Amino acid sequence: MSFLLPEAGLLFWMLIAFGVVFFILYKYGFPVITSMIDERKKFIDDALHNAKLANEKLAGIEEQSRQILEKANAEQVKILREAVVVRDNIIKEAHEKAEAESARIVATAREQIRQEKDEVLREIRAQVAELSLAIAEKVIRKELSDGNVCDEYMNTLLDEAFEAPKDKK
Amino acid sequence: MRGIRNILIFMFLLFAAPSFAAGHSSTSDKIDVKKVIFEHVKDTYEWHITTVGEKHVAISLPIILYSNRTGWEIFWSSVFHEQESYKGFYISYMGDNEGKIVESDGNGGERRPLLDISITKTVLSVFISSLLLIVIVLFTARWYRRHDADDKAPRGFVGVMEMLITMVVDDVIKPNVGKNYKRYTPYLLTAFFFIFLNNLMGLLPIFPGGANVTGNIAVTFALALCTFIAVNFFGNKEYYKEIFWPDVPIFLKLPVPMMPIIELFGIFVKPFALTIRLFANILAGHTVVLAFVCIIFITMSVSKYIGTAMTFVSVVFTIFMNVLELLVAFIQAFVFTMLSSVFIGLSQPEHHENKH
Repeated sequence: MSFLLPEAGLLFWMLIAFGVVFFILYKYGFPVITSMIDERKKFIDDALHNAKLANEKLAGIEEQSRQILEKANAEQVKILREAVVVRDNIIKEAHEKAEAESARIVATAREQIRQEKDEVLREIRAQVAELSLAIAEKVIRKELSDGNVCDEYMNTLLDEAFEAPKDKK
Repeated sequence: MRGIRNILIFMFLLFAAPSFAAGHSSTSDKIDVKKVIFEHVKDTYEWHITTVGEKHVAISLPIILYSNRTGWEIFWSSVFHEQESYKGFYISYMGDNEGKIVESDGNGGERRPLLDISITKTVLSVFISSLLLIVIVLFTARWYRRHDADDKAPRGFVGVMEMLITMVVDDVIKPNVGKNYKRYTPYLLTAFFFIFLNNLMGLLPIFPGGANVTGNIAVTFALALCTFIAVNFFGNKEYYKEIFWPDVPIFLKLPVPMMPIIELFGIFVKPFALTIRLFANILAGHTVVLAFVCIIFITMSVSKYIGTAMTFVSVVFTIFMNVLELLVAFIQAFVFTMLSSVFIGLSQPEHHENKH
């Protein structure tokens, strides 16, 4: 059963060899590697974290810009609507003014026409009166030379004159 | 075309092997399979590589002895090629000390010298793989020293090393050892790569591989001893309290300290389990591969035709076993590291009071 008995010499050399290997690797080998791997892991984690933050920030900025755009759009709609109102008002006002003006002009024109008509009527009346006087003069002058007719006529006039006050009553 | 050529070469090798074996078997009629296998897996004083004709090609190794009779003695193992004994020392060929250097004890018997720290085949193999491991890890560490954390991850060989290291640290050491894992990481990584490399070297058929290093109980015992030290010398107060004054009903502790004895026993069982598990697995692997190779020689001595047919079977099985051993090489290194991590983790218990 020599297989199951550890040989002292081999054990001795094995412990020395393994000890030396362990010491060298402990000093210059594995800690360098493992610490670097940890560092890289940390770096990757940080990078991922930062990327996530940046993404979130970007999403925030996008949201913000969207909001600004929305606000601007709303503002634009509002301004347009106001402009329409203002325009309508202006047009309406202008209409009203024009109407009033035209009405005024028409009224003035009408007044003038009336005045002119009155004046013309007055003149016509005056002339008619003059003409009738003239005609009456001529008629009278002719009638007076013809006695009967004159008397008859005088009688009708007197009748009318007497009857006229009765009508007035 | 290349595929066909490879197949042709493979066939040629298949048919070359039995003819070589036939030539070999003619010199000695019967093959002692047990002896052949034992010679391959045992530790020897010289590194036998091959035999060309009658000439042995072997690496001569220094033998270092201390005996009460002669004091310190250092000489090359090749002296035994020319003479049976050297200054009263000779290699025993039978009995308990078979294959070991012995001297006469004066009463007709033989005894081992007081100290035998010869550089044997296994020791040289340990040295070679230690050197290789240091070179590999320092080469890997050099890459990390020359790069920053924000550089690209390594590729090629360094990338493979990083993958292995990350796997062992994240899957084995961190979950098993607990929050103090950083302190033990260098040791556990060293153990993992040392075992893994030695297992792989053992699978190489010729020098500088082929020695049965991790299948030798002294090697696994030394490794388990290191874990034992890591567990018991760095265990915290809680750990020792659980051993000598465990949390069990008082009659189990007084007047007969039953539980403490069991716990104390457990301290030594743990490294023993580590020792045997690794040693037995690797030794068995080597033995099976060698046994399959020996099938060629056994059947060849029976009949040339059966031998030729069996060669094919045996080569296929040997390849299969070698691939399986590749897996075992990794698994055993992994298991050793994991059990060591678990034992170390057990030596760092949290405060019990907090859990209740």
